[in-house]
Amino acid sequence: MTAIRLRINGAAVTDDVPPRLSLADFLRERRNLTGTHLGCEHGICGACTILVDGEPARSCLMLAAACDEREITTIEGFSGDRVIDALRRNFHRHHALQCGYCTPAMLITARDLILRQRAGSEREIREGLAGNICRCTGYTNIVTAIAEAAKEIGKEAPNA
Amino acid sequence: MKAPAVDYVRSRSLAEAVDLLAKDRGEARVIAGGQSLVAMMNLRVASPGLLIDISRLPELSTVSDDADAVTVGACVTHAAIEDGRGTDPSRGLMPRVAASLAYRAIRNRGTIGGSLALSDPAAEWPAVLTALDAEVMVCGPGGRRPIRCTEFTTGIFETNLAADEIIESVRIPKLSASARWGYLKLCRKSGEFASALAVIVGDRGRGFARVVLGAANGAPLVLHEVSRVVCENGCEAIRDAIAADLDRAADRHFDEFQRNLLSVAAMRAVQQVLQ
Repeated sequence: MTAIRLRINGAAVTDDVPPRLSLADFLRERRNLTGTHLGCEHGICGACTILVDGEPARSCLMLAAACDEREITTIEGFSGDRVIDALRRNFHRHHALQCGYCTPAMLITARDLILRQRAGSEREIREGLAGNICRCTGYTNIVTAIAEAAKEIGKEAPNA
Repeated sequence: MKAPAVDYVRSRSLAEAVDLLAKDRGEARVIAGGQSLVAMMNLRVASPGLLIDISRLPELSTVSDDADAVTVGACVTHAAIEDGRGTDPSRGLMPRVAASLAYRAIRNRGTIGGSLALSDPAAEWPAVLTALDAEVMVCGPGGRRPIRCTEFTTGIFETNLAADEIIESVRIPKLSASARWGYLKLCRKSGEFASALAVIVGDRGRGFARVVLGAANGAPLVLHEVSRVVCENGCEAIRDAIAADLDRAADRHFDEFQRNLLSVAAMRAVQQVLQ
């Protein structure tokens, strides 16, 4: 067992974890944060994407034991985030999901694209989404929703 | 699937990590970003007894700069290189390569040292660092030793890194102002491993030119004839030279499709330099 102390969605968490436990399973099974989804469990599908110290990462490719002193943000932890709010509105408006399995990670990846100013064109958005697989939508509405959210964010005060 | 049972220790220094690795007699693996190792553990392709975490050692995460070269710490991430944090010795080649490597969520954690240590035949860094004539500094119980990238990767997932050694940094010579480079990665979907990868560095200021293929069924394949032609004659007669170099690599057993892909990749990379 490895003792870890970390912050998850702003709250301090302490636990003892077996080193083989992935961060994704830790979040889902021990913290009941089931918005983080597992598809392939080897880094290809992107469904488990979360933020580690503010940057997107695959929670299936991180061990919980290695997250001591890290700051984790899951899809449950974005209330009040203006980029996620804009993305949620536009995913709803443009019908950018069907089954919803890929959606939490799509939102987190799209937020990173917008914040890094990599959502300026359809091509750029599609390139940025290459690591997040959706098997329902064909991506068209997801790309539209992200482009619209990026435009909305761009129109706001440029203090992002 | 889930990873098999394993022990874990976060080392406090490179010396401690080397010590732990030496004590463990082959069961231990060093983990940095874990973006290949944890995937391999989840797939049960790898089942180390002990993981020695070096990812947060400050001495492995720095980029330092001297007159001739830039030394990049083994735990510098692909994303850090993509974003140009720290000096770039390659006049844009390395950031371009980093941006083409897997996906941003992977690049935020995966490291340049980890990529070299694994030496996946289709990986970007072994080929690109060979083209840049970089040198890997490794650290073991007997001290430190440099290994040139041309000699570091020896085959498919095979390197000259001893079982008790850890990569500390990569020293990359600075390209001169007149240097040109070309880089081409052919893959069916953005972010995948390459089906064919070609990189060319031509630096007349230093009298240096090297053309290297990745995803070539083994260690990065240096196209010596093409490199010589680029160096001596500019870039004329490149196509024949590529064909001649690929003929000489008969031991790679390329099928016709693969040979064509590799040769197209090499041509396009060379054209980027000619443009």
